[in-house]
Order: sequence, then C-alpha cells, then structure tokens
Amino acid sequence: MIPAHIEETLSRRNFLRTAGLLAVTFSTSNAQTTSGPYPDPSYKQLDSWIVIHPNSTATFYVGKTDCGQGTGTAYRQMMCDELDLAYDRSTLIMGSSDTTVDQGGSGGSDGIQVDGWPMRRAAAEARRVLLDMASQRFNLPVAQLAVANGVISVKASPYQTVTYGDLIGGKRFNVPLTGANVDSTTGLAKVKPVQDLKYVGQSLPRYDIPAKVDGSLKWAVDVKLPGMVHARNIKPPFAGAKLISFDEASIRTIPGLVKVVSKGNYLAVVFEREENAVKAARQLKAEWQKPASAPFPASEDLFKYMRAATPTATDRQVVIGDAAAALAKAAKVVEAEYDVPYQGHTAFAPAHALADPSNGQMTVYSNDMKSYGMRNGIARFLGMPREQVRVVWMEGPQGFGRTAADDAGFEAAFLAKELNRPVRVQWMRHEETAWDTKGPAYTFKMKGGLDAQGNLTAFESESQAADHHHVGYNEFDTVLISQLMGTRRAPNRGGGAVPDDRYTIPNRRMTSHVVSMPLVWETPLRTGNLRDPNGPQVTFASESFIDELAFAAKADPVEFRLRLLEATKDDDAGFKRVRSIACIKAAAKAYAWEARPAGNPQAAVGDILTGRGIAYGVRSQTVVAEIAEVEVNRMTGHVWVKRLVCAHDCGLIINPEGLRRTLEGGMLHSLSRALHEEVTFDTEKVTSTDWISHPSLTHRDTPEKIDIVFVNGDPNPNRPDLPHYGGGETICKPLLAAVGNAIFDATGVRLRRIPFRDARVLAALKTARV
Amino acid sequence: MTLKVNGKNHTVDADPTTPLLYILRNDLNLQGPRFGCGLGQCGACTVIINGVATRSCILPAGSVKAEITTLEGLAKNGKLHPLQEAWIAEQVPACGFCQNGQIMTAKALLDKNPHPTDQQIRDGMANTLCRCMTYYRVQAAIKKVASGKGGAA
Repeated sequence: MIPAHIEETLSRRNFLRTAGLLAVTFSTSNAQTTSGPYPDPSYKQLDSWIVIHPNSTATFYVGKTDCGQGTGTAYRQMMCDELDLAYDRSTLIMGSSDTTVDQGGSGGSDGIQVDGWPMRRAAAEARRVLLDMASQRFNLPVAQLAVANGVISVKASPYQTVTYGDLIGGKRFNVPLTGANVDSTTGLAKVKPVQDLKYVGQSLPRYDIPAKVDGSLKWAVDVKLPGMVHARNIKPPFAGAKLISFDEASIRTIPGLVKVVSKGNYLAVVFEREENAVKAARQLKAEWQKPASAPFPASEDLFKYMRAATPTATDRQVVIGDAAAALAKAAKVVEAEYDVPYQGHTAFAPAHALADPSNGQMTVYSNDMKSYGMRNGIARFLGMPREQVRVVWMEGPQGFGRTAADDAGFEAAFLAKELNRPVRVQWMRHEETAWDTKGPAYTFKMKGGLDAQGNLTAFESESQAADHHHVGYNEFDTVLISQLMGTRRAPNRGGGAVPDDRYTIPNRRMTSHVVSMPLVWETPLRTGNLRDPNGPQVTFASESFIDELAFAAKADPVEFRLRLLEATKDDDAGFKRVRSIACIKAAAKAYAWEARPAGNPQAAVGDILTGRGIAYGVRSQTVVAEIAEVEVNRMTGHVWVKRLVCAHDCGLIINPEGLRRTLEGGMLHSLSRALHEEVTFDTEKVTSTDWISHPSLTHRDTPEKIDIVFVNGDPNPNRPDLPHYGGGETICKPLLAAVGNAIFDATGVRLRRIPFRDARVLAALKTARV
Repeated sequence: MTLKVNGKNHTVDADPTTPLLYILRNDLNLQGPRFGCGLGQCGACTVIINGVATRSCILPAGSVKAEITTLEGLAKNGKLHPLQEAWIAEQVPACGFCQNGQIMTAKALLDKNPHPTDQQIRDGMANTLCRCMTYYRVQAAIKKVASGKGGAA
C-alpha cells in the first residue's frame, strides 16, 4: 500500500505534466499514468513550488527533507508568512525527486539558512501575482487592496473580497522565475521585513508529531507493494575479504527462496518472507579469502599509527605572524596532544529501502536525506536514464549524514532490476554499526605561548584526520555495493580542519593533514559526513587547549576567552566576533558563572567531585557557547553531566520551541560522543557491532536540567533583513570540550582522549591520586 | 497460530519461531512496532504483554499466549492515551523512529508505578534508546502524566 501523502505526490506529477512544467520533454500520449518517465520539475516556474487549491488551501513543494528537526513546519511558517495564508491552510511535500525541485535534500544545516530563501521568494511572488489578478478583477490599483489569510479585499469597501481559490484555485500560475541556480530563485516580489512576519518566531507545534505518536504515520520502512520480496545482505566477515564461493544447499531447508544474488564481493539472499531472509543470511555458508595484509591497525594502536603515518594530503594551513618565533620568546609554553577515535553514525534504524522496477522504471522508497543525489547515483549505477528513476522520500531515522551516502537504496534498486520484482532491503544491526560511514578519527598536537602577563601570544595546531577516501555522498562508484562489486576510481582525498574561532592571537600556525588506513576500498572504516564532519573533533582539541592555557595563565576560562575576543574591534560581515562575545556572556550569565581559575577541585561530597566547564564554537554563521556541570565519581570514574547551559545565536529564529528541542538533542548526541562512542576493531574487522559494543547515551545519562538561551548578537538586532541561520550542527561542536573542561575543574585531571568512559576516567584519576 | 492483538483475534500461517515483530508488521499490518536491532537492545519493537513492555524482535510469535497491545491499540474510542497526549503537548519526537519504544515502555512503567521518582523513570526507561536524544523531553512528558497534570496542552 502506498500512503496517502505519497498518492498526493503521484497526482502532483500529473499536474506538473499537464502544466507543461517538467523540464524535459516527453510523450503526451503517456500523460495520465504515474509510470514514468520522471523528468525534473523546473525551479524556474512558480507552479513547481506552490499550488493553490479551489478551497484556498495551498500545497508547498520543496526540495528538502526533514531529518527530525521540524524543518518542514518551519518551511510552512516562512512560506505562509510570505504568501499571507493561514498556516493551517497549508501542507508541504518534501524530497521526492519527480515532484519537487532539487534543493539537494538535507545537509550542512543549511535548510533554513540557504534553502529557506527561495521558498520565501517563491511564496512572495505568488502573493504578488494574486494581488495583480485581484487588481484586474476589481479594476483597482494594488495599493488599494489588502490581503490577509488568503483573502484579498478592497480597502475602501472591505465587503468586496476575493479568495486565492477564486482567483487561481486548481489552475496554474504560469509565472516564470529567474535565478542562476535553485538557491537564487526569485520572482519580481521582495520578501517581507522581519517585523511583518507573523508565523516566523512562533512556536507552532510540528505537524508531523501526532502521526508519529499514534502510530499512523507510514515511514519508508512501512511501504508494501504487491509481489514484493525481502533481501538481506551477507557482509564480508573480514575487511577486504574476497568471496570465493557460497553453498546454496546450506539454506535449502528454508522456504521461499527467491534467489541468492552475488556479484564480486556483494552477496545477498532474497526470500518471499522477511524472517526467512534473516535466517538464511545467518545460515548461508560462504567461503571468503582474507586479504594478504592487515586492512588497518587495531583500534588500540590507531593513534600511534596515525601519528606515524605519512600524510596523503595537507588539507589546510593558516599562518598568521610567526608562531615559532613567538613561542621561542614566550614566558610560558603549554603543549598537549588530543585524540578522538572513529565514531559511528549508528542510525537508530539500520539502512533500508524498497525498490519497484514496474513499467521498466525504477522507483525507490527511501528515507535518504539527499534523495535527489540518490536518484542520480542509482541511475548511473544501474545504467538507466535519469528520467526513468525516481526516489520517493519518506520519513526515517535521524540522518546525521548517514543517508547522504545511503547504501540500501542502491542495493534494493540493483536487486529489483535483477529480479524484476519489488525488493525491500533491510540491513541488520551488526551490519549498520560495523559498516556504516564513520566520523573520521583525529589526532592533534597543540602548542601555545603566554607572555609574562598571561596573554596568549602564539598558537600552533597540527592535526591528522583519518579521512582519506571520504565517501560522504550517493555516488554510483563509491557506495558500498559498488565497491564490493569491484568499482574503483581515484580515491577522494578527504579533508581535515583547523580550529574555527574568533580569538585574536597575534601569531598562529595551524595545519591539518589527512592520513589513510592501509585499506581504502571495501572497508568498514570508510568515512562520511557525521553531523558537522570535523567540528566536534577539532573543537574538542582547541577548546580543551584554550582551557589549558587559561589554567596556565591562572585566568578564569570565561574571562580568558573574552579577552581573546575583545582584543580587536575587527569583525566579519556576519559579526561572528561580537556574536561570539554575546553568546559566551549569555551562557555565563544563565549559568551564574563565578569567575575563578579552573582545576580547583572543591571538597568532595562523598565520592562525588563537581565541576563546570565552558567551550564555544562557530560553524558557518551560527555561534554557540555551552557550559557543562559534571559530577565525577572518584571511586567508579563515572561522569554524569548534571546540567547543561547553551547560548545560541542563529540569527532570526523561525520556531523557538522546535529549535530548542533540536539544540537539546544535538547537545545530548554530542554528550553521547563525549562519554560513550568509539568504533573498535582488531586487525581484521570492526568489533563494535551493536548497542553494547558501540554504546549510546541512555535515559540514565540525561542531565537534570538543560537551559537554552537564544541570543541575537547582531549589532543591529532589529534590522528588517535579519538573516536566518542554521540550527543543527554548530551545537555539536563545543560540547565534548565543555565536558572535558568540567572534568578538569572537578578533579584537576585533564582528559585528552575521547570518549570519557568510566574505566578511562578512573584510570586517570588513580594515576593522579585523586 | 492465533494471536490476540489490540482486542482482535488473528490467525496467521507462519513458522511459530518467527519473531513476533515480523508477524505484527508484515502479516497484521501493525507497523507501530519497528525494527531497530533485532537483538532486544534498543526497544523500537516494544509491545505490551501481560502488562510488561516486551521486545517483540526476539520473542517467538508462537510462544505468546496472552493478549498483545501495540502502539495502535493505546487510543480508546478515538481518544489518545494520556501519554500520547503528553507526547504531543511536550513535542517529544525528533525523527520519531524510536518513539514507539519510548511510549510503550513508559506506559508499562506508569501502569505499574503511577507516580515514579525521577530516578525510577531513568532506571525504568534506561534501556530504551533514542539516537536523536529526546530523553529530556521523554522524561518531561512522563512526569507530566505521573504528576496528574495530564497531557492536554
């Protein structure tokens, strides 16, 4: 069964088709069916974005996906404001490649910051056109008309009205838009000033929540089609293993076998019933040949390996002044090394998709956050014309970047084409946790110099990111099935990052290298985009180190940071320096921070030591400062973050309560990375394969209190063009350091390696005799 | 085999060792319970049997003799369960994929102990995972119901 909201998108295709709005020409004789082809809706037509129905309701079509942060509700708020339509008269369709324009799906926390603009401008243009139509109908200039909630009235005689539905309901606008790319799409109308927006800034409840609570929502995992079958993969038991043979007789007792499919090192079983596919994937006997050399070092040797490795690339270098000379002259030099392991996406639901090869086309029902990229990737992977492939986006588990390099959709499409039947692929937990894309491991070496007054005069940072061959996207030649089938190309060079802050340090040298594991292809340590791909790692090191410098300078950590930010008056166009100051001050105020140097253990209450730590970060245009208050049990090493405070500036806020929940979740996800998460492996395979071996934060770890302060640190906070920035990923940057800094404050022990698991903390406390 | 789910009897032709989750989702079209791990570790598949929050992904369907309640069976006469109302009022879900487990585990918890302490909520919910980390709001919604303030917004 295909859910109702998807049915709506199917009829939408016919609307676009009859409206002549599909960018690619097609045979009109094929017009009434939904069987394809599936050309792209053009962003340069107003009808691609907005349809007004006869009853004056509107449907908005946007090229984004909502990974659980309520962006869909926010888009409706923005578009209803510009269109002057009541919010509850609108609906929104997202992410299906054949019915919505390609805005790239989700990624980079730029949905509100970047993609919200063409949505606002398209809605403003629709309002302008409707006013023009009313002007003709009443034979009055637009200036003599008023518009509210989809009704246009004559100012001088308010009983004279016409509704949006009366003017255009069910018909097309036929209004062209302009713009060199989808992000710059615009009509003739201007967007409203901030002061005229009435839904923006309100905490409207998310429209998707009731159906998620009563069980009625149909997710990508829920789609059923007549004749569909169930597939399960059999992953290589060793990284880089070669499939020699498999024995179909070993699963002959299991009923309903459709086929064992294998190509290269890709191996899957397909059954009529799901539980039998699960059973057969476990039972199938297969012979695999180990690679000649180890694919990677064991995880306990990872950082040693990375420090010794010859970089494959030097990704980034920032040089200001002469750090070496300044260090030589410094009154005090501080040095430290930091380590962050590979961490998994470990999506709550393992990868899944359903592919339907009916009518010689390919439809993939998927939760892929970048559904448009998946559509392009699958078309190339299968060698099918793009017009014959579409991806229908449906809800799924949080993305965090995992589904930007989705595997199950490609596998389902491959199997569906092979078998000419709808095939549902579902990864099992051990596959997902072992073989998903990983956030890259990092090592850092930092050096700082203080003058006799405790001012930071020099800073050096050198990092190694284990990120060679970053495969963060739905590319036909880098998704896992393609690798397993033997496809190779020049590996992606990957990327590293250097600290991103607004501190004024007269002499700086920051270098970022990329290093590679021995095995580059068919490896479970493939790196992809994990929620601000490098930010949490780099900020853990840099904001821990700033704290170490503050301690060496005998300064309060808040005061030390503010001093570095206030040392200049220069700022950038986004005012990120003054907004940084505003956030740090707001966080300190909300926490009731008392100025004193850190590393000053208070008297223990029983076995509990208490401390507080601050860290701050900037990503794109968004600024955030976070304070953690921790309790450390010196007998067990257990760390509980009792309280979190965050001050967040993302410009104009669309939905405050929606943002608040996004920030709470982002901080707790980062807390999970700080306390628990680490990919472990021996020299053959990943050994963290489930929620025990790759643990995640639980209810028990939840802070008692989370305080979030919204900051608008713009020098002109009430300006009518105040931009709306992103809200998803910046929050993930500072938390690891805030917790580490709080542990130092509580115990006097500096932890420089993530995660702060009990055993590691306890060992450090014992060594320091705390 | 015959299964009683949400007040209705169903006869299913399947291997009785099949995990209950697959029968509910694929044969009975009850998709509130979801696959998350297949190991009984995360709680996505939780149903209530004999008042106990039970992981249906590791429970052989043939072994179930008592009535099964799924998320779809919580609402009565078109009215949502107070926990569901509290979930909406508190705007708990992010992606929402785990929320079946959160709600069903909370229901079993409150049915047994209508006024749990904060620590009892943390312990009772401890093994029900959420990767969007909505824990803070889940706990707030449970407290709302436990304190008798209900779920109405």
